[in-house]
Amino acid sequence: MHFLSRPRAWALALALSSAAALAPAAAQAPNPDPRIGLRAGLHDAGEAVWNLRVLSKTPPPPDFVGKTNSDLAFTGRYAIQGNYNGWQIWDISNPARPALKTAYVCPASQSDVSVYRNLLFISGEGLTGRLDCGIQGVQDTVSRDRLRGLRIFDISDIEHPRNVGNVQTCRGSHTHTVLADPKDPENVYVYISGSAGVRSPNELAGCVRAAPNEDPNSALFRIEVIKVPVAHPEQAAIVSSPRIFNDLAAPPRHGDSPADVAEAARVAAAARARGAYTVRVFGSERVAPPEFVNPLLDSIVKARGGTGAATAADSAALRGSIQAIVDRMFGDQQARRTGPTQCHDITVYPAMGLAGGACEGYGMLLDIRDPAHPVRIAAVADSNFSYWHSATFNNDASKILFSDEWGGGGQAKCRASDRHEWGADAIFTIADRRQMNFQSYYKMPAPQTSAENCVAHNGSLIPIPGRDVMVQAWYQGGISVFDWTDAAHPKEIAFFDRGPVDSTRIAGGGSWSVYWYNGVMVSSEISRGLDIFELTPSAFLSQNEIDAAKTVHVDYLNTQGQPHYVWPASFALARAYVDQLERSHGLTAARVGTVRQALQRAESASGAARRTALTTLATQITGYAAGSSDAAKVRTLAGAVRDLAGAR
Amino acid sequence: MLFRSVTAALLAALFCAAPAAAQDHHHGAAAPPAPGDTARWTKADADFMSGMIGHHAQAIAMSRLAPTHGASATVQNLASRIINAQQDEIRTMQLWLRDRRQPVPEAVAGPMRMTMNGVEHEMLMPGMLTPAQMQELDAARGRDFDRLFLTYMIQHHRGAVSMVQQLFSSWGAGQDETVFKFASDVNVDQTTEIARMQRMLADLIFATPSP
Repeated sequence: MHFLSRPRAWALALALSSAAALAPAAAQAPNPDPRIGLRAGLHDAGEAVWNLRVLSKTPPPPDFVGKTNSDLAFTGRYAIQGNYNGWQIWDISNPARPALKTAYVCPASQSDVSVYRNLLFISGEGLTGRLDCGIQGVQDTVSRDRLRGLRIFDISDIEHPRNVGNVQTCRGSHTHTVLADPKDPENVYVYISGSAGVRSPNELAGCVRAAPNEDPNSALFRIEVIKVPVAHPEQAAIVSSPRIFNDLAAPPRHGDSPADVAEAARVAAAARARGAYTVRVFGSERVAPPEFVNPLLDSIVKARGGTGAATAADSAALRGSIQAIVDRMFGDQQARRTGPTQCHDITVYPAMGLAGGACEGYGMLLDIRDPAHPVRIAAVADSNFSYWHSATFNNDASKILFSDEWGGGGQAKCRASDRHEWGADAIFTIADRRQMNFQSYYKMPAPQTSAENCVAHNGSLIPIPGRDVMVQAWYQGGISVFDWTDAAHPKEIAFFDRGPVDSTRIAGGGSWSVYWYNGVMVSSEISRGLDIFELTPSAFLSQNEIDAAKTVHVDYLNTQGQPHYVWPASFALARAYVDQLERSHGLTAARVGTVRQALQRAESASGAARRTALTTLATQITGYAAGSSDAAKVRTLAGAVRDLAGAR
Repeated sequence: MLFRSVTAALLAALFCAAPAAAQDHHHGAAAPPAPGDTARWTKADADFMSGMIGHHAQAIAMSRLAPTHGASATVQNLASRIINAQQDEIRTMQLWLRDRRQPVPEAVAGPMRMTMNGVEHEMLMPGMLTPAQMQELDAARGRDFDRLFLTYMIQHHRGAVSMVQQLFSSWGAGQDETVFKFASDVNVDQTTEIARMQRMLADLIFATPSP
C-alpha cells in the first residue's frame, strides 16, 4: 500500500518519527507542509502522515458505497458508524483489520448514533426518513409514515438489531446526547438537538412553529428531553422541553461584563432624569440619541399636518410609542427571545454535572445535575463564529472548546484565503463553573484546495495525563491532533490528510469525526469508509505519554457524552510526567536522570522491595517541588509514584 | 443628513406586512434522479436553487460596498463573511443545477424570470432590494451606510428564510439530501445572522450617550 505520494514528505515524516522521543522543545511542524498538493482520488489519493500511524483503511460495504458516512459511537469491541442510509457495526478488536458485523439499511439524514448497554439510538432529521426504514422516501408534506426524531434499536444480538421504539419530535433530531444518571439506573435520558424546520401539527400533534411570545407551546427555543426506561424502551417519551434559551439577555461578548450592564443602567437613569428618551433593547435600558429621536418627532409633526418644532404633545406622543417602535424594529428577537432557537450539539460531561451546548449563535454552559431539567449557566457569542457546532471540555472542566461549522461542512473553508478565525475552534477557560473567558482560536493550519470541503468538526480528548490534547476531524482537511494545554496558544502535534476525492469539484469526503477509543483513533471517512490510527512518539509526545493514554479504558463512548478520564497507577504514567517535566525544564536534567533510574530499579524489584523503593522515591521527588518552576506537576509525579507503591 | 431617509425606511419597513409566501400545491410527477442522486428532486427544488442564486448575488453586491463606503470595522467584517459564505453557496447551487442539466443562472443580482400562465414575468425574490433601495445604499456613507446596510440586509435575509419555508411546504421537495441540508443551513445561518445584525443595529443606534 502506497502511503505517501511525496517522497520528501515521507522522508520528513520518517526522520521526525525516528528522532529522539524528546527533541528540544523548539521542535516545529514540517515545512513545507506535506498536506499541500496531495494527489486526488477516491481510494488512491495521496496521503500526508505526521506523528501517527495508519493501522487500517476499510472501504464501506456495498449498501453504503456512495452514501454519506456520519458519526460514530463505541461499545465494547464495536465501533458503530452512522450513514445517511443507515448504520454499520464494526468489530475493531483488531484495529488493523476491522470486521463488519452489521450493515443495517435504514435511511435518515444523518443517522448520528449513540449506544447505551444494549440500546442503540439513531437520529433522524430529513424529510425522507420512514418508520419502516424504507428507501423510497416520503413525498407528502404531511404523512404518518415519516420518522423525524429518535429511533431506538435493541442490539443484544449484534447481527440482528430490533427496532424497539421511536420517538417523534417536532424538528427531528440532527443529533442527540445520551445522559446516564447514576442516581437513576432504571432510565437513560436523551437530549435532542437540531434546527430543521418545525413539522406540521397535522403530522405531529402539538408542533407549533410560531414564536413563544405568539404561542407559549412553540417548538422553538427549547430542547426535548426523552426518558428511556432501559428495560422497556418502547415506553420512551418526551418528559420535558426546557427552554434553556428563554430570557437570554445580551450574552457577554469578549470584554462585556456585568459592570458594563450596570453602567448602562446608570447612564440611562441619569438621562431619563434629564428628560431624554430611553428604551429597553435586548435586555438593557439605553438612551435614544437625538439623531434617532428627532426624525421621529418630525414624522409625528408631519403626520398631524403641523410645521416647525415639535410640541410638548408631540413629545408625549413619542414617549408613549418609542418602545413599541423599537420593539417592532427588532422583531421577535426583541420581545424576550434574544437567544438561539436550538442547539446543534450538546456535549454532556456527567462526572462534572456540566454540559456544553453549541447553540446557533451562542456557546452555552449548562448545569445538568438534574438530567431532566438542564439549566443554562452562561453563554458566549463571537462575531467570528457562523454556527456553533459542538463543545468539548478538558478533563477537569476548567476549559471548554467550541467549534464553528462555517459553511455547514459542505463548503471549502480552509483555503489560503479563508480567515484563520472562521470555521475554527474557540477556546475558553471556565471560571468558578460560571463564566467562560475567551482565550484563542485553533484552526487546522494546512491550506486546502477549493475542491475540499473543510471546516472544524467532531473530535474528542485524548487521555494524555497532565495535558489537554484533542484529535479533531476537518472533513477533507483530514484529522488534526493538537495541544491546548496552554489555552492561549494551541499547537498542532500530529495529522493525517488525503488529497481531494475529486480535484475538479467538491465531492463530499474526508473525516466526519475522529475519536480516541481505548488506545486508537477511529475516523469516520465520509466516502472512503473507516480509518483507524495510532499515535507515534515525536518531539511533542513521548512513548510514555502514549502508553499512559492507552491505560485508560472505557466500556463505551458516545461522542456527545464526555467520559471523565482517570488513570490507573502505572510506570508509564509516572514516566509520562517525568517526560513532561524534562520537556518543560520543570526538573534539571540531573534530577530527571535520577528519577528515571530509580523508576527502572523499582520496576525490576518486586514485593516489599519495590514498595520501599517507590515510597522513598516519592518522598525524594516531593522534596524537588520547592525548587521547581512546575511545582504542581512535580507533586503530581510524586503522587503517581506513591500510588504505584500502593498498587498490587 | 441622510438619517431622515433612514428613519423613513425604518418606519416603512415597520408597517409593510411581508407578502404571504405562495403555496405550491401542484402534485407533478417527480423528475428522474440525476446521476449520483439518491433521492428524487422536484421543480420546487430546482426553482429554489435557481432563485437563491440571484438572491445571494445581491447580498454580495451590497456587501462589496462596505469597504468603499466608510463602513465600520464590525460591518466590514460582517460584509466579508457574507461575501465568503454566499459566494461558496452560489457555487454549490450552480453545481447542483448543472449536474441535473437544469438552466444555471449567472450570479447576477436581479429578478428571477418565471413563467406563470404562459406569460414570462420578472419577479424579485422575497426580501430583495429594489433598484431605488440599492441606490439609496450606494449613496450612504459612514454610520448612515451602517444603518442602511444592516436594515436592508436583515430584510434580505428574512427573504431567504421565507424562500426556505416556501420550499419545505412544497410537495415532494427537500427529499434530495443536498437540497435539504443546504436549505436547512441557509435557514439557520441566516436566522442567526439576522439576530446578530439586529444587535449590531441596536448597538449602532443606541450606543451614543446623550451629551
